[in-house]
Amino acid sequence: MGQITLEGVAKRFGEVEVIPPLDLTIEDGEFVVFVGPSGCGKSTLLRLIAGLEDVSDGRILIDGTDATDASPARRGLAMVFQSYALYPHMSVRKNIAFPMKMAGLPQDEQSRRIEAAAKALNLTDYLDRRPGQLSGGQRQRVAIGRAIVREPSAFLFDEPLSNLDAALRVGMRLEISELHNRLKTTMIYVTHDQVEAMTMADKIVVLQAGRIEQVGSPLDLYNRPRNAFVAGFIGSPRMNLFSGAVAAEYGAETVGVRPEHISVSAEGGKWKGRIGVSEHLGSDTFLYVEETGLAETITVRSDGEVSLRHGDTVWLTPNEDKIHRFDRNGDRIA
Amino acid sequence: MARAVSRNQKIGWTIAAWIVALVIFFPILYAIITSLKTEQEAIAGFNLIPSFTFESYQAVQSQNDYFKPFMNSVILSVGSTILALIVAIPAAWAMAFSPTKRTKDILMWMLSTKMMPAVAVLVPIYLIFLRTGLMDTRIGLTILLMLINLPIVVWMLYTYFREIPGEILEAARMDGATLRDEIVHILTPMAVPGIASTLLLNVILAWNEAFWTIQLTTTNAAPLSAFIASFSSPQGLFWAKLSAASTMAIAPILILGWFSQKQLVRGLTFGAVK
Repeated sequence: MGQITLEGVAKRFGEVEVIPPLDLTIEDGEFVVFVGPSGCGKSTLLRLIAGLEDVSDGRILIDGTDATDASPARRGLAMVFQSYALYPHMSVRKNIAFPMKMAGLPQDEQSRRIEAAAKALNLTDYLDRRPGQLSGGQRQRVAIGRAIVREPSAFLFDEPLSNLDAALRVGMRLEISELHNRLKTTMIYVTHDQVEAMTMADKIVVLQAGRIEQVGSPLDLYNRPRNAFVAGFIGSPRMNLFSGAVAAEYGAETVGVRPEHISVSAEGGKWKGRIGVSEHLGSDTFLYVEETGLAETITVRSDGEVSLRHGDTVWLTPNEDKIHRFDRNGDRIA
Repeated sequence: MARAVSRNQKIGWTIAAWIVALVIFFPILYAIITSLKTEQEAIAGFNLIPSFTFESYQAVQSQNDYFKPFMNSVILSVGSTILALIVAIPAAWAMAFSPTKRTKDILMWMLSTKMMPAVAVLVPIYLIFLRTGLMDTRIGLTILLMLINLPIVVWMLYTYFREIPGEILEAARMDGATLRDEIVHILTPMAVPGIASTLLLNVILAWNEAFWTIQLTTTNAAPLSAFIASFSSPQGLFWAKLSAASTMAIAPILILGWFSQKQLVRGLTFGAVK
């Protein structure tokens, strides 16, 4: 079991309110991602759940029991840190055994779980090495192994992939997703990378300045962003946002169209512009169109075979069904 | 920086390095040579070949009992170091793991006391020692040496503890470690190298301390540094005996330093290089 409920949880550091009171429920077995720009309070929120920071207000319930004042160890949660936080003076085996040693598990049970975790994480050959002798990806797996053997009611991940290079990151992302599919344990995952959020989450919590901007499934957030911030944050490349005359035409203060919902033509269309930069990725082409008079640049996602180049004049037409409208406060107009 | 160095250049640099090393080491070498001469030879002028007599060593031992100041040196340096660690470990710990706005200022203020010339506080400390009956006692000098070296000890430990990442302690807390477990299983093993090199350096500093030991001792608590000074006596200078006493005073610390070079270099660089 691993249902976590936050009721009016707030955090202040002295006079500064980092997290205004918020409510959130994380269901058992869910993979929840906290995402937001740096300094939005996502890591602090995770640390509050872990018990590494004290809440200033509100309650934290784990499986219905009040854990607000419980020590980190008593909450039955396991955490994987950005820096891995392995014990440098212990072998991999001892690192993984440490939480079980603290819990006083019998020796044979410890060995059994270490073997199982090592096998699942491809660490069997490295059990007698020190963390200093491992690569970044292996260290991360040791950190995950140390979390698994505790059989926690929920895993907490604090930007676990941000110290890895791009190729490893994609690999580990898959491994963590597979781990979730296999264990079906609640996971809370903090990242600033919206691609990680979109690919891994059952439920995304978008945070800004300590406030929850929106909670929903990846496609919910993509299709129906509740406000202009979420619209701009979720999706890659970013949604194009326009204000002024174009927005007024749709009866809104701001309108947004995703790059993949604009069609491009050399013959004719709604908005005229000139291609500044074109990025050919093979599968897709990203066109950055300038001199439209609507916004500085408009990003368009086109298919990989498009032959348009820098300096070409093009016509853009947005897909009218996919236009997002926002009012003066940035909130979505239904 | 791979650079081709010619054979001649290499030989030139090697000779130059040896010359510099010899110049630096020469005073110690000459003291050892002089200690192996007779008193007549010693005052006769510059001469690198002694007659290899041990009479000065015998004289120092029989006339001026070497063992007592040696034991005093051991007690003072080890005692003051242990006392300093007992005080400094919790202090450095607190500053490294729960720093406040003023932590840096406190550290600078502590270090600034080392910038003051010792002689400036000689009179007040002399009077305090006189009034409290600490003059020429081991306990008084141990406390004083501890206080003198405390800023360095706190600074060194602080830099070592700072290298222990806070996330590791948090990980231990998540893993169910109590404060005691944290100290026993995580912090101490990680801090031992730093504490060891701090200990070694402080033993050497305390062993070599001469100003206070000469001023505040006469016979009872005088360590080797004061013992050497006593050979420049009113009855005239005895070069060979003075050299023999010096050699015997520096020998223990030289041997200790030789065996712990690696730790010491790490200590002296204050954790600047990993």
